[in-house]
Formats: sequence, C-alpha cells, structure tokens
Amino acid sequence: MATFARRPIYRGSRIPRRVPTILDVDPDRHNLEDVLTVNFGPNHPSTHGVLRLVVDLDGETVVGIRAVIGYLHTGFEKNMEAKSWWKSVTYSPRIDYLSFQANELLYVMAIEKLLGLEVPRRATWARMALAELNRIHSHLVWLGTSALELGAISLFWYCFDDRDAILDLFEMAGGTRMHTRYFQAGGLAEDLPPGFVAETRRFCAKMPSSVDEYEALLSGNAIWLERTKGIGLLSADDALALAQSGPMLRASGVNWDLRKHMPYLFYDQVDFGVPVYPGGDVYDRYKVHLDEMRESVRIVEQCLDRLEQTDGEAWVADDRKVVLPPRHELHTSMESLIHHFKIVTEGYRVPEGEVYVVIESPRGEAGCYLVSDGGPRPWRVRFRAPSFAALQATATVVQDCLIADLIAVAGSLDPVMGDADR
Amino acid sequence: MTSVYAGVPGVVETNEDRGETTLVVDPARLVEACTYLRDERGFNFLSDVSPADYLGWGEQAVSGYLGTASGRDLNDPSTQGLERVPGPKPKRFSVSYQLLRVSEDPARLRVQVWLDDGEPVASVIPVWPAADWFEREAWDMLGIRFEGHPNLVRILMPDEWEGHPLRKDYPLGGEPVRFSDED
Repeated sequence: MATFARRPIYRGSRIPRRVPTILDVDPDRHNLEDVLTVNFGPNHPSTHGVLRLVVDLDGETVVGIRAVIGYLHTGFEKNMEAKSWWKSVTYSPRIDYLSFQANELLYVMAIEKLLGLEVPRRATWARMALAELNRIHSHLVWLGTSALELGAISLFWYCFDDRDAILDLFEMAGGTRMHTRYFQAGGLAEDLPPGFVAETRRFCAKMPSSVDEYEALLSGNAIWLERTKGIGLLSADDALALAQSGPMLRASGVNWDLRKHMPYLFYDQVDFGVPVYPGGDVYDRYKVHLDEMRESVRIVEQCLDRLEQTDGEAWVADDRKVVLPPRHELHTSMESLIHHFKIVTEGYRVPEGEVYVVIESPRGEAGCYLVSDGGPRPWRVRFRAPSFAALQATATVVQDCLIADLIAVAGSLDPVMGDADR
Repeated sequence: MTSVYAGVPGVVETNEDRGETTLVVDPARLVEACTYLRDERGFNFLSDVSPADYLGWGEQAVSGYLGTASGRDLNDPSTQGLERVPGPKPKRFSVSYQLLRVSEDPARLRVQVWLDDGEPVASVIPVWPAADWFEREAWDMLGIRFEGHPNLVRILMPDEWEGHPLRKDYPLGGEPVRFSDED
C-alpha cells in the first residue's frame, strides 16, 4: 500500500504575483509577422468537450493563448432558482457530468446546512462510498481520454471497462447509471439494495490491480513519459494564486485535500493518504490521479464495513416536513398523506439564510453558495466550479510549449465543460 | 463583542450564522480589507466570487401554512407567499468573496459588499489573481462592474448578448429567438 510522506501543507510566498489568464504575444520576443493565429475548437476532437483555444503560434511554439468558454452554458443556476428545492436536486449532478454524485452530494449538503438537518449515519456512509466510487469513475474517464489524446488508444477501452463496472453499481443503488438523484435532503432516496455491498467488494478487490496495469502500460511507455514529463509546469505559488484545487494543486506540491484538512461527512474516521507530487507537470498530475484511485478504493472498503455494521438502520432523516413519508403510510395515515401532498406540490420550505458549502470533488474545490428567503424555492444558487478555475490557468501552463504538447497540457487540467460553463 | 476578525479595515457588520462568518465591508475599502486579510490573516486562496440579486426580496405575499392574504394561484401552487417576511437587505446586489486559508490552521471567511444597480466596485485581481474570471462571470451574469479589471468582457454568454441573465428581472426563457420568420 502506498504511503505518503507527511509534508507541510504550503510553505511559500503568501503574496502571489500577477499571473496571466490570457497570454498575449510579446512583440519584443517574436516577430509579429511570423505569428500565426490558429483556432482550436470548440469542436476539435482532441479538446475535452467544447473548449475553444485561440492559439498564436511562432513556428511550432505557442506564444499566445486565450481560452474561450461558454459553449455549453445552459443556465443551470437560473433554472434551479425557478424550481422548488427538492426538484432542483436533479439539476446539480448534470452540471459536472463526470462527478455527478459529488455535485449531488454538494447541493444536498448545502440544503441540509440551511435546514439544520441531521443525516443518519448509514446514509452518510453510503454517500461516502458512492462519492468515492464516483471519484474513481471520474479519474478513469480522465485517464482514458488523456491517454487517447496522446495516442494510447488501448488504455481508453480498459478504463471504460472499469468505468462500466462502476456505473453498474450506481444502477444497482439508484436505478440509473448516471445522474442518479439518489441523494436527497435528509439522506438517501432509498436504502441500498441487498447485494450492493458484496458487489462493490468484488469491484474493490479487482480495481487496485487494474490501476497497477494502467500504470505499467503508461509509466513504462517511453512515448508517454516523453510527452508528459516536464510539460505544462505550474508552480505552487501560481496554483494557489489562480485558485487551482484538487489534483492540480496536489501535483504542484501543495498538500491540500479538504477531506483531510477540513473534513466533512465521516472522512475524519477513515484511513487514507493524500498523494502529493512536487513537479507540477502533466506527469505528476497523472501520478496523483492514479494514487487517488487507489486511496479511494481503500475508503470505499472502509465505508462498506460500516454499511454492513449499520444494516437495517435508518437511511433517511425522520423529518416529515422535508422527507417524503414511507409509501405504505399513505394508505392509512391522513397526516402522511398531507405531508406527501405538501412536499410534492409546493415543496418544503428552507429557513432564511445563506451558506457556502465546499467539498473535495474529483476535480477539487467544488462549492455551492445558496441563499434562501424562507420560501419553497432557492433565491440564489451558485456553483463554484473547479473546472472553471482550472481553465483559468491555461495561459500560465502552456507558456512556450509546443503545439503538440498543448493537447496533453489542456487535457491535464481535467476540465469538464458542463462544469465550467454551467 | 470582540470577534476574531477585529481590526479588519472597512468592516460595517460581522455576521455569524450556521458556523459561517460574513464580514460586510464598505465597497470603497474592499481592496484594503482584502489585502489585510491576505497579508495579516493568511487568506491566500480566493475560492469564489458569488454575486446575488435581491430585487423583489421579501415582496412575495405573506401567508400562513394554508392560504395567503392575497389569495393563491391554484394553477401554480409554488408561487404562494412566504411564511415570514425575510430580513431587509441594504442594497440590490451583494457580492460575496469566499476566502479560504490553505495552511495548517485552515479557515473559511466570507467578505461581502452591497451595491446598487450600476454602482462599481474595485477589482480584487491585484490581491488574488484568481478573481479575473470570477469577476468576468459576475459582470456577464449580473452586470456588476469591477473597476480596474483589465478585461471585463462576457465569458459565458456570446459577446453581443443583451442583458444579464441571472438578474431577477431577466425572465426565464427570455432569450431572443434566432432565425425566426421575421429575420
């Protein structure tokens, strides 16, 4: 099992210097007549989703870059403000469609903080297990597509094979493979089905050896090393100044993981390591992703132990003003019928206030800022998207790289355009 | 009552709610307050810039749990009023800067300024470079002007878009129809 050295969280200059978010061509260093402007995307097969990069090239060197986003803007925040609290839960997983379970967890946790609602422990363990499975899922897609973009096609199929196994687990728990809406304010939508723990254990037994295989395929591959090492450099100071988070930050040598340093759910009760690499290049980001998958498997296994211990316990809070009453009560209890009717028609009311809840999503610091006026609909919903912040670093990480490396570097930022554009 | 955040310049009000601290700051002294928080209090990470529009806040009819004073739209039950009038807000817009201290002693803090429509506020890019895109999004979505921003242009909507979609007076589904018969 990998162990990680205890390193200080961050020892650097606290005052960041100005870092560019747009790289303009320096007329002193380049003859402007030689500079060619190339439009990359938004529908280029090697960009992650609909990202558009306007690139200035001097020969093969990237001397200027501007990232243009917004092609996938769908107005999630505006739509959620028009829906009742419990209906808007379905929107949150669709924002970041690779870490859907993490986004759902984030939104539900923010509502619970406004409500002051306690969640039963069985539900919390189930949430942790699914959130970590989702992290593995998201990292697998990242690894598969990044390798694909650099020509390692076979890895893509292997990664998607394992990803499929995770989606089968989500299907078993929530009934759908993605965007499950399995979490709701107060706990889960239903108890975990029998057999889920055994099935997930089978997956956990297999996954570490799969990660070893991926590592053997890539880390022993001269082309992969050549194309990732020392490319796309980002220093710890710049990473913090640009609000980078998650694997980006940890690959730049900052030992920072919200699960460890500002724990939520029961992360303080499980044993796991935080991989940190100091290089700040594409290769280190790849190493962080691999190690995180191994650590997530360890967390899932510990959650499964607790799920077995809490078998038969409550999986949703017993608060009839917020949580739908059990189906069988509707035939016998007038009270339950009224509660059911009120929640379904006008939704539950959330006390006035504002909260900012943050979790460590697969991409890092995912935040949700909620304002309630005391009514059945959110007054303001805002998502702090880690992909949005990551893309802000494009101009800094690609300075003076070659056009061929641009793909590797842009991919290593791990942007999900649905998340960036919302 | 003395708070941990005594001594921050320009603070108008300090709120503690649900374990979160909000410092409401005079917009004219925002950069001064942010620089102090970064240099003296170690808030080295700007997590988010979250703007909100409070147009029409608390103006929905007040009601009990059943029925409202002004009657109830039975075709759209969710439009019925609030149980209680929410507390008044000083101005139409709030901009919240969600700060984080990445260190052995982690902490979160919200710095908030209140603005009228069209009232500008200084950009905090010199304090935290990460504010660049966040402020562009706040301009794009809610029309908040940040003075001193080097490139305050739309980021999510197309450049030629009119209006700011997340304002409360911007209708849902209010986008113009392109390629209609009239073109």
